[in-house]
Amino acid sequence: MLYRTAGQFKTTYEADHALFPVRQDAILLGVILTLAFVILPLTANEFVFKALLIPVLIYTLAALGLNILTGYAGQLSLGTGAFMGVGAYACYKIITIFPEVNLLVAIALSGFFSAAVGVAFGVPSLRIKGFYLAIATLAAQFFLVWLFEKWAWLYNYSASGAIQVPTIEMFGVVVAGPNAKAITQYYFVLGVVTLVTMLAINITRGRIGRIWKSVRDMDIAAELVGINLMKAKLSAFFVSSYIVGISGALFVFLWRGAAEPNLFDIPLSFRVLFIVIIGGLGSILGNYLGAMLIVALPVVLSYLPGALGIPISSSMVEHLNTMTVGALIIFFLIAEPHGLARFWAVLREKLIIWPFPH
Amino acid sequence: MLNDILIKPFADMFGAPDFLLQVLWEGLVSGVLYALIALGFVLIYKSSRIFNFAQGIMVVFAALTLVGLYEKGVPAWMALPLTLGVMYLLAMSIERVVLRPLVNQPDIILFMATIGITLFLIGFGEIIFGGENKVMITEQLGIPTGSWEFEPFGGFLSIEQRDVTAVVGAVVLVAALLLFLNKSKMGRAIRALGDDHQAALSVGISLSTIWVVVWFIAGVIALATGIVWGSRAGVSFALEVIAYKALPVLMLGGLESVLGAIVGGLAIGILEKLFEIYWGQPLLGGNTETWFAFVLALIVLLFRPQGLFGERIIERV
Repeated sequence: MLYRTAGQFKTTYEADHALFPVRQDAILLGVILTLAFVILPLTANEFVFKALLIPVLIYTLAALGLNILTGYAGQLSLGTGAFMGVGAYACYKIITIFPEVNLLVAIALSGFFSAAVGVAFGVPSLRIKGFYLAIATLAAQFFLVWLFEKWAWLYNYSASGAIQVPTIEMFGVVVAGPNAKAITQYYFVLGVVTLVTMLAINITRGRIGRIWKSVRDMDIAAELVGINLMKAKLSAFFVSSYIVGISGALFVFLWRGAAEPNLFDIPLSFRVLFIVIIGGLGSILGNYLGAMLIVALPVVLSYLPGALGIPISSSMVEHLNTMTVGALIIFFLIAEPHGLARFWAVLREKLIIWPFPH
Repeated sequence: MLNDILIKPFADMFGAPDFLLQVLWEGLVSGVLYALIALGFVLIYKSSRIFNFAQGIMVVFAALTLVGLYEKGVPAWMALPLTLGVMYLLAMSIERVVLRPLVNQPDIILFMATIGITLFLIGFGEIIFGGENKVMITEQLGIPTGSWEFEPFGGFLSIEQRDVTAVVGAVVLVAALLLFLNKSKMGRAIRALGDDHQAALSVGISLSTIWVVVWFIAGVIALATGIVWGSRAGVSFALEVIAYKALPVLMLGGLESVLGAIVGGLAIGILEKLFEIYWGQPLLGGNTETWFAFVLALIVLLFRPQGLFGERIIERV
């Protein structure tokens, strides 16, 4: 009823290939954008910004990067956390060497560093496939985290071995550092994420995206129809690591405020991978849904016992949390292996043909 | 610089051969452990094409169950079979709850499911046994704890008796496993399933039974690894990281090869110790053991994409 497509005629191929072939999709997106840009900032408090909204957006961005590599180009990577780290450390070095550089520019530049590292570690993908490649990306994971620890130049020889975000102003407003307001940071992150999402949608819809998908579905067949595998795989590594690097810079500069090398260790990689898988491989929307679930779940779980009046210790809550997340991952994989995005696709299809079952 | 990389380490090695022997022995012992964990991976991968990430946490879980039962007052000789029973229950419930509904899903989904199992077991284990470090009941299980000391080349070499026990135990375990896989009916069924699922099903091999058996064997291997590693470093959830050490072993040896797991494990155990002592600590600031094995395996893989002993990858279009 709400999603009825009757009366929306397409008279050209361009209209058929449009971003929103169904008008209601565009309206729905408009509603969501209004919610994100106007209504949420007006209603949310400091805690909601810091614990829910900002991390959801940043994890979405990281997942988007990984999804391009794994979901679109079919190359499984377990080194996402380390590539986020490269972005964060690169941004830190740029900001501390050139303090007058605009933070946006610094973040955009830091993406290129992680992209270069990503391409370097992506070269083996030309020969190695499947789980062998996944383990090979672990080499990047462990080596880079070790490097973050040992290469003192990276953290400016600070005694703690951690990087600390300085106070950064942009156009007279404090955007990063201990004095920044959560709402400014939210708008900053939201802007970047919206922009990158828009780019990602168009890249994956276009020529490069179709090349990636053909490589994912069968790389030998793709090679036979004239696709340059080296270009296709390395460009996927480049774009993916670039986005992951940006998300790493945002992760430290706009959310955590400080970072130690072990923050980028393997649990972070796995968390991003969970988001991608639970959200849906090869889906942009899925990253958002997965990130919401993975970020919100621990927050909700830690409040639930208190709200229900069950007294348990905080360490117990943490253990229960780990256990529940594990169980839920298995549950979602069994319930819908194609991820949450598929839930929405099915629901939308049903809404369009409603009230008829087929 | 070149001297430090190419000449000095070897001069050090031959200058103090007793120390070199000690390093080699330490490397060999950790290599045996890596090989054991990799064996658990290989068994499950061979029979079900599941990349079982939970092998590491199974090691911790088995060791914790053993120590936990002993602390509850169960004598050591009873705790061992009871732990085996728990591992069997674990294998059964994993097959029933996780694997059966996920039959025929893509590899990556099953891989993620094993990460789900890992998280679940971490939380579950911490609730039941607590998160603190425990001491493995080495003596109570009848494992000698003294050490032998030799004086080769006029130097000094110390070999812990429990390490010797570990090596001997691992050899016996692997021999028994190879005998089981190659000679018994069940072992043949497991290998048949590894070759071709559909063909195996069509001649009447039960998928679910085999999976329970395979996961149980992986659990037994996990228990053995847990006892050995626990007696060296204590039992805690930090042990879980040794699962990561088994991954380059798999890459080096090949995902489906039992022999590869053993050879790869020993090679990586020895080489990473040598690299750490003679190159890593003097030149790179130490702690290179976290990545050396991965980089080594990566380089080997560039020349042999299926690992040293893996099945040749044949692709058809």
